[in-house]
Amino acid sequence: MNIGLFIPCYIDQLYPQVGIATLQLLERLGLSVTYPTNQTCCGQPMANSGFEHLTKATSHNFVTNFSEFDYIVCPSGSCTLHIKDHLHDDAHPDKTISTRKKTFELTEFLTDVIGIKKLDAHFPHKVGLHQSCHGLRGLGLAQMSELVAPAFSKPESLLNMVTGLELIELERKDECCGFGGTFCVFEEAVSVKMGQDRIADHSNHGAEYITGVDMSCLMHLDGILRRQKSKVQVIHIAEILNSVNK
Amino acid sequence: MNPQNKTHSELAEKFNRDVERVNWHDKTLWFVREKRDKAAHQIAEWEKLREAASQIKNNVLGNLHEYLLEFEKNALNHGIHVHWASSAQEHNEIVHSIIKKHGVNHMVKSKSMLTEECGLNEYLYKQGIEVVDTDLGERIVQLAKEPPSHIVLPCIHWKKEEIGELFHQYLGTPKGNADPQFLTAAARVHLREHFLTSRVALTGVNFAVAETGEIIVCTNEGNADLGVQLAGVHIASMGIEKIIPRRKHLSVFLRLLARSATGQPITTYSSHFQKPREGQEMHIVLVDNGRSERLASDDFRNALKCIRCGACFNTCPVYKRSGGHSYHTAVAGPIGSILAPGFDMAKNADLPFASTLCGSCTNVCPVKIDIHDQLYKWRQVLVKNGHTTASKKTGMNVMSKVLSHPMVYRFSGAVGRWVLRTMPFMANNKFNPWFKQREMPKASTQSFRSWYLNQRKHEQ
Amino acid sequence: MSSREKILAAVKKNQPAMVELPALNFAGDASIDLKAQFIKILTGIGGSVIEVNEIKKVADYIKSTFPEPARIINTTTNLNFESEILNLPDEQAGLKSDLHDFSNVTVAIMKGEFGVAENGAIWLTDANMVDQALPYICEHLVLIINKNSIVPTLHEAYEKIGTCPYTLGTFLAGPSKTADIEQSLVLGAHGSKSLIVFLVP
Repeated sequence: MNIGLFIPCYIDQLYPQVGIATLQLLERLGLSVTYPTNQTCCGQPMANSGFEHLTKATSHNFVTNFSEFDYIVCPSGSCTLHIKDHLHDDAHPDKTISTRKKTFELTEFLTDVIGIKKLDAHFPHKVGLHQSCHGLRGLGLAQMSELVAPAFSKPESLLNMVTGLELIELERKDECCGFGGTFCVFEEAVSVKMGQDRIADHSNHGAEYITGVDMSCLMHLDGILRRQKSKVQVIHIAEILNSVNK
Repeated sequence: MNPQNKTHSELAEKFNRDVERVNWHDKTLWFVREKRDKAAHQIAEWEKLREAASQIKNNVLGNLHEYLLEFEKNALNHGIHVHWASSAQEHNEIVHSIIKKHGVNHMVKSKSMLTEECGLNEYLYKQGIEVVDTDLGERIVQLAKEPPSHIVLPCIHWKKEEIGELFHQYLGTPKGNADPQFLTAAARVHLREHFLTSRVALTGVNFAVAETGEIIVCTNEGNADLGVQLAGVHIASMGIEKIIPRRKHLSVFLRLLARSATGQPITTYSSHFQKPREGQEMHIVLVDNGRSERLASDDFRNALKCIRCGACFNTCPVYKRSGGHSYHTAVAGPIGSILAPGFDMAKNADLPFASTLCGSCTNVCPVKIDIHDQLYKWRQVLVKNGHTTASKKTGMNVMSKVLSHPMVYRFSGAVGRWVLRTMPFMANNKFNPWFKQREMPKASTQSFRSWYLNQRKHEQ
Repeated sequence: MSSREKILAAVKKNQPAMVELPALNFAGDASIDLKAQFIKILTGIGGSVIEVNEIKKVADYIKSTFPEPARIINTTTNLNFESEILNLPDEQAGLKSDLHDFSNVTVAIMKGEFGVAENGAIWLTDANMVDQALPYICEHLVLIINKNSIVPTLHEAYEKIGTCPYTLGTFLAGPSKTADIEQSLVLGAHGSKSLIVFLVP
């Protein structure tokens, strides 16, 4: 099984440790992982701003870099969703469809494709899980609180395999943090208020760390936490799952 | 409604200056969302009901022409006057002509978002006719000379102390009394007088049944019923999309409507008006106002399925923290943001961007409108039609160029974590909205790519 | 071209391909105690439910709960207990003379057709009301329904209603209410301040 590692642009540039944790985690599971070095971005920042027509080249570049892999794994629900829903390369329609289908967010890949049942990881902290919207409602990584349907959560079931980790309960378990791509600056006031409210929910319930499947949401929350000089930290779920028990 | 032509984000920023009020507004609406969840979870077949409602509405959209004719025929047979209005203006003129015919200058009106859309009150006011809104929340905002901020909870942005003050001023209640029970009782007395003296009553329409020619009006207060039953003339205004095929389909919609709206199992009054009362005159005004045009759009016609429950408002994390008036349109919230650009793209170009595309609205929608997908699609349409700023356009073009070329991307990164400089929201450090209330991400010393290449070289 | 023709033509031109109506395969759970659920739900939304084993008790209750000079109108002649209700002949004479004559009615009594367990609603039509303003303008509304008439959900309810014609049909569920002021629930907005439902054999 050949896995192409898709590292979103902002993780590549700002949070390399998340990419590293993802790669190490997959390799520890005995998987063969390659990082195609000519990858850039899925195109979502433009598309969500109404400029989908400017994403032809990024889409084409994505297909060129990834279409030959058996699976494409990405430590971001949001970027994965964009590929699954909006990837379009008119020059290679067949490859586009197959690329869409074999792209997976990290936790859903571990749960649904690999089917892991246990994990050698230790993280002795109180952790709050931030359910990023695109992962939750777009990819269905967990049951959505709005629906009358059986509960499940792929990220939670993985976190439950980590020894020492205590998952805290939240009052609003899947409300948006307010990042929303360019929303975070064009609607600055509401964006920040949403983030502050999410943080309050986590800290009121004793979280030491806020984790999630999307570093973009966590970047936004981190910006607010540091401005508040809070002791609460953000950490990507790949980093927790890669906390090797030493 | 929005005299300064301010955008959603500007109005939202203003709303957010009073943190206490934002917190209170948010919590109050979340409380309604929780009531909705509780009610929905008591119905095991909830998701199947949503699916059925959605399919019935899909059927209606594909057969609307025939259903309208069937409805009209049945209504006429029951002695109801049926009018057709192409535009808001025509609707207002029709209503005015009916009132004029009866020689009165006063009318009671129960909740109708359509009349808000048409600006009926202002129109009639100019003709010398006083319209008294009889829903308590609508009466409150009417006294305050404001539009409703929520389609189900019109004065959800008002605190009881402010309502006490308003009632003191207009209804003569004692100063300082802000007890909801007391204020409601005062409004009851005040509005009872209007009910007893109005010869014309206008209501909205929740559903209109093609098969039977009847209309259904749902309220909790009983204000629509009191108005209609005490008046000699009943005018009902409805959008043409309110039609449903058969009476039995009401079971699906009435099971969903109140539970989605407020978490009640059903509204107190679900009144089915099939004929005018003996001696009464009944008019139904069927309004198009852009709906038939919307019907042609594969991307946006689904918005016509809306049953105006307001569930998308109550769950929307943006609405809860920006208030209804920040949407500067008759129907606010997520559904308003996909309806409004259809009426006026230039005026409402900001609204599809007043969302994080979190998708919660789509999940609570009882008729399964793909609200957040439509928000995304509206963004594309708006940009294509030039409704965007030059700076945004430039920023996006630069970003697209950088991201399209791996070499440029790597070069930009190497020069210094291009994201910090190139992403439009990081672009202007002096007025950087990110930095206003957030620290910048810490710059990393190397990219993942360079780490990866080093590490792989090492291994070999 | 009239607006009617214009609208209909535009709709016909623009409407998408027709999709079939779904089959409504919904049915409530008839095995549950419908009466108990009805009572629980209606009580939960502000109504009162009283079960009696004979009709006479309804009159006793009303007389003791609403003493003179309460103005009481009874429209349930078919239940044959009107003699025990105050002032019926006078009130009947006044019916339909002027709607606004009802503005001081304390209690109105009517028969409901049936109840719905899932939402505590009672179905009635203009035939039950004698005057259509009455159920809304009275201060307190009393509805009498057969305790065996309760159906599980609205699906069974509409099955029962069928396509029968009426002037006004309504599901009535509890007293008039509002929560428009800060979501504080207040009973007695514009319609009746209370709803008392009698379940009779």
